[in-house]
Amino acid sequence: MIIDMQSSEVPRLNMSSWEIGESRYLPGMEIKKLGKEKFVVYIGPQHPGSGHMRIIIKVDGDVIVEADPDLGYVHRTMEKLSEGRAYIKIIPLVERMAILDACNATLPYVEAVEKLLGLEAPERAKYLRVALCEINRIASHLYGFGIFGVFLGHSTMYMWGFGDREILVELAEKLTGARLTHTYPIFGGVRRDAPQNFTDNLRKAIRYLRKRLEDYRRMFLDNPVIRKRLEGVGIVSKRAATDLGLVGPNLRASGVEYDVRAVEPYEAYDEFDFEIPVFEEGDSLARAWVRVEEIKQSLRILEQVADKLDKTKGQQIMHDRFWAKVPPLYKKVFEAEGRVKLMPLFAILRVPKGRAFARTEAGRGEITYYIESDGKDKPYRVRIVSPSYRNAIMFKYAIPGHRVADLPAIYGSFDYFPPEADR
Amino acid sequence: MSSNDQLKNFSEKLKENLGDLISKVEIHKGFILIETHIDKVRETAKKLKEIGFDHVKSVTVVDRMKDGVFEVGYHVSSYLNKDLAKYVVELVTTVPRDKPLVPSLTDIWLSAEFQEREAYEGFGIIFKDHPDLRPILLAPPVAELKPMRKDFVVKEEGIYRELPKKENVSSKVSEKKG
Repeated sequence: MIIDMQSSEVPRLNMSSWEIGESRYLPGMEIKKLGKEKFVVYIGPQHPGSGHMRIIIKVDGDVIVEADPDLGYVHRTMEKLSEGRAYIKIIPLVERMAILDACNATLPYVEAVEKLLGLEAPERAKYLRVALCEINRIASHLYGFGIFGVFLGHSTMYMWGFGDREILVELAEKLTGARLTHTYPIFGGVRRDAPQNFTDNLRKAIRYLRKRLEDYRRMFLDNPVIRKRLEGVGIVSKRAATDLGLVGPNLRASGVEYDVRAVEPYEAYDEFDFEIPVFEEGDSLARAWVRVEEIKQSLRILEQVADKLDKTKGQQIMHDRFWAKVPPLYKKVFEAEGRVKLMPLFAILRVPKGRAFARTEAGRGEITYYIESDGKDKPYRVRIVSPSYRNAIMFKYAIPGHRVADLPAIYGSFDYFPPEADR
Repeated sequence: MSSNDQLKNFSEKLKENLGDLISKVEIHKGFILIETHIDKVRETAKKLKEIGFDHVKSVTVVDRMKDGVFEVGYHVSSYLNKDLAKYVVELVTTVPRDKPLVPSLTDIWLSAEFQEREAYEGFGIIFKDHPDLRPILLAPPVAELKPMRKDFVVKEEGIYRELPKKENVSSKVSEKKG
């Protein structure tokens, strides 16, 4: 079977028939004339925004009539690579899809394998996982805000977003030892306990961020220029959001109340008190507001987690089944440094036959893993569907009808992250 | 185990609703699997959508090379119906490896559009009546190799290399001395 690329309607870049006289070049943009006032514009793939992807748009005048997202520039074949790797080695592999959201990206994988093993993490490990998940979620939203700001030419938001994200990255570093790729949740628990003064630092960060969110509102979201550019732009209706299968803040900005943390509570989320912010407007401004409200809720969860962590101090962070087989030296390391040295038994871990499906709410939305084991030390099949990949379909259906000048505002509001989409 | 009972009840209900359309219902960890014949896939999908399963979470293809089939699955769930949102249902059908032709469900669940394209490039499965069937992540020459199939083996260099036997001199020396 030969894949017929010629059948596609969208014209592909063909260098031989490229007429320089007819095309104009802009950085990251190539334009090809189709007819009178009709052009194909190639935006990207040299970093049009938050990473390498290309949007091929057809314009009539400056109105976009067709948009075709061209993904795959940072595709790393994670699904295929997983089939040849020991279970524990897949964790550092899959977290590379969204390094600033690493805990959320790996947690469903760990959960799916735990489902197959038939075990659950101990209480304190669950709180620690939730803590890192929420830290990651806020960091991811702030990163998204920074990129969004720079899309709109609002460089203050860019600096603020990235500057404040540093606090969360440092918190994550204190907790896990790594700024970004933490590899924190492992089968049966977490890799390290929280350091002595972690909860104090966490509370300090929460207080600071609450104050900052008010600044964001005044400086960015209620800024008349920004509002003019975002309000009523890129509207996705509730019906469309459902049909397109959008996830995360993009879905909730269109009036659908769906959050995995509430629908199918995982880890310790059923113990915490939080709300799911939902906006009805479905435009770019609503998508920005949802994220701010979500940060507020995450801070609320983190506050409760801090209390729980204080209460469960010194408790086990690894499941008994693994902890019982640990050599005495490892236990000494844990007592002295609060870290679980990665046990050699993980390297030869065989997972019982079966199929498992796990979903969690990552920063950008729902992330799902399907894992099939045939009883060996490597999985038979791993299927990963990341939030940005599911949101990519928005480019095709939400952008046409708008002017080219609105494209950055819409693209930025999606908080689309190519490395995560391409996997 | 109340959640297990809930799952059982729900799968019973599904069985009643779908009747002859499905051949098998299994409860797995985290989802309910329903199997149907390839001729009845579209009908079953329409029925599922009527029940309230409004979006596709994942188009999951598994290559069962030993049996000579592909298992094409759609993990579906609901956004608007909060009772259904708790469950994930996988609609599965099998198709022979040498003639992987499946009806597309994109017109029923639009959210499957890009993921069907991914299954097409990875496994070479042809979705009949798909509006825009072309590779999505891979470059066309790579997609032609159908790299997600089990008979496409990734050659990895590995971390450890065994030394050739000639270089193993030290052991010989020690043998002589001994």
